[in-house]
Amino acid sequence: MSAATGHDAGRAEPADDPTATTTTPGDLRADDPVAAARSAGAHTASPTPPRPPGFAATVAAVLRKELLLELRTLESVPGMALFAVTVFVVFHFALNRNGVNGDEAAGILWVTLLLAALLGINRLFVLDAADGGFDGYLLAPVSRSAMLLAKALTLLIYLVLLELVAVPAFALLLLEPSLGPALPDLPLILLLGDVGVALIGTLVAALAVQTRARDLLGPLLALPLLVPVVIGGARASAPLLVLSHPTGPQPRWPVALGLYDLLFGLVAYAVFDFLLED
Amino acid sequence: MSPAAAMTPPAFRAAREGADQIPGQARKTTLHARGRKTALHARGHQGAPAPNPYARGLRALTLATPLAMAIALGMGFFYAPLEAEQGFLQKIFYVHVPLAVVALCGFVLGGLLAIVYLRTRDPRWDMRSYVVIHISLIFAVGTLLTGSIWAKGSWGHWWVWSEPTLVSFLIIFLLYATYQPLRFAIEDPERQARYAAVFAITAGAFVPMNYIAVNLSTAYVHPRVFGSTSNLPGSMALTLLVSVIAMALLFTTLCKYELTAKHTRFQLRALRRRLLEAGEAASSRGALVSPTPPTAGAPAPTLHRSGA
Repeated sequence: MSAATGHDAGRAEPADDPTATTTTPGDLRADDPVAAARSAGAHTASPTPPRPPGFAATVAAVLRKELLLELRTLESVPGMALFAVTVFVVFHFALNRNGVNGDEAAGILWVTLLLAALLGINRLFVLDAADGGFDGYLLAPVSRSAMLLAKALTLLIYLVLLELVAVPAFALLLLEPSLGPALPDLPLILLLGDVGVALIGTLVAALAVQTRARDLLGPLLALPLLVPVVIGGARASAPLLVLSHPTGPQPRWPVALGLYDLLFGLVAYAVFDFLLED
Repeated sequence: MSPAAAMTPPAFRAAREGADQIPGQARKTTLHARGRKTALHARGHQGAPAPNPYARGLRALTLATPLAMAIALGMGFFYAPLEAEQGFLQKIFYVHVPLAVVALCGFVLGGLLAIVYLRTRDPRWDMRSYVVIHISLIFAVGTLLTGSIWAKGSWGHWWVWSEPTLVSFLIIFLLYATYQPLRFAIEDPERQARYAAVFAITAGAFVPMNYIAVNLSTAYVHPRVFGSTSNLPGSMALTLLVSVIAMALLFTTLCKYELTAKHTRFQLRALRRRLLEAGEAASSRGALVSPTPPTAGAPAPTLHRSGA
């Protein structure tokens, strides 16, 4: 799909908030069930004493908007996946190795996933900032924290989709041992890491998007904050990717990863509202 | 013109004074108003609005700091015993550890001040948070340098990954190094302060989390000489304590100097703006036959870095 469509869809996003029922987005088709449901929902949500939508409803609305936008423009996830596969190829030539295992494998996997995630993080709020999405959102009588949760969930879904492509590609291109024995644990660890990446990425993207050098500042801010995620994730997945007798991860790494996710989630929840004030 | 100003070429001076100031009479005032004599000059200056609140106690601190540093170093060299394994090299401990402790506390303090800013929305708290983080960043560089020297001396490498304090300091340093680029990439002063506060709180909370994570990850290949202060002999612990106090004094003094300088610069800008407005009002009354060129008067105040 062309970039122009993506731009149109981006412009249409203030219509997502229930107060803006008068504007009709240009490219909403009547045969689109999601859009129809959305406009119907928006219509019923504005009787004379407007009742502000609840937290969950707001999160669902923003999440649906994000996913719809991504589905129509295909700007983030395919790019991230393609980037990850390309980085595996680059690693093959840079390391001059046909296969990796253990610590190296875990490191390459996590670095690649992080770099690909940075692409998604950089794009996360760009349309909102450029096309007045923030203004539209702030005009609506909804919780600002809902934006954090919705965007983090969006990023989490992007990351899961990315890993659905990147991890099999990694197993095919670079990983020496088979992926089979690692399967029950590895997705769980990746998911724990993804939660952290999604939370940090959302906060950092919201911080960086209003600056002049957002493409530069986003990764610069995100990478140090992601170091604990890499520590936990890579250490937890390394024993799963060894050649002989893969063992389960030491329990302290998934626990540390989960704790970091929890603590950072609290920090992000505490400070995120202040980023959406103007 | 002060001797220091007379010796430097004008272009360099203009650069040092900041891009928003043009050479002229005002620079002399700036040079005088900076630094430790701020309070005296502000008091002696005609029309100076109020004595600089940050300059209070600055002279006493300025005298106490070198004294405390001298005592701390003297104790480190002459009072504390030579360490059995590392010998003289271990003396860097009395510089490295206080630097690290003060920098870490400074980062966390910057986050706390940022919380106060977000609660009160008083720009002074933002300035305090900025200054504390700025000085902490410099102390963190010092920590990295001294740690590196220590590592070279004791293990033969300039960098060791087995020292979790050092490694987590590097990560924290890399994070805080983006504080100023982030800040000055935002134009609007209010938003700049708010975003910087969000960064300061996030990063302040990240400091302990990161430290724990790095500590977990470090395989203790090398036995840590000083894992905690509890196993130190008394004289060493006392020296360390005095060193930490001296370093904290140095930190406070530097912060107060920067705050004083910033406050003075803001006062100066306000005065200049008033001067400019008065000049404009006078010229608009049509009293002047030939209007003065704009460079002869006070420069136009540009405040694009006013949040700093």
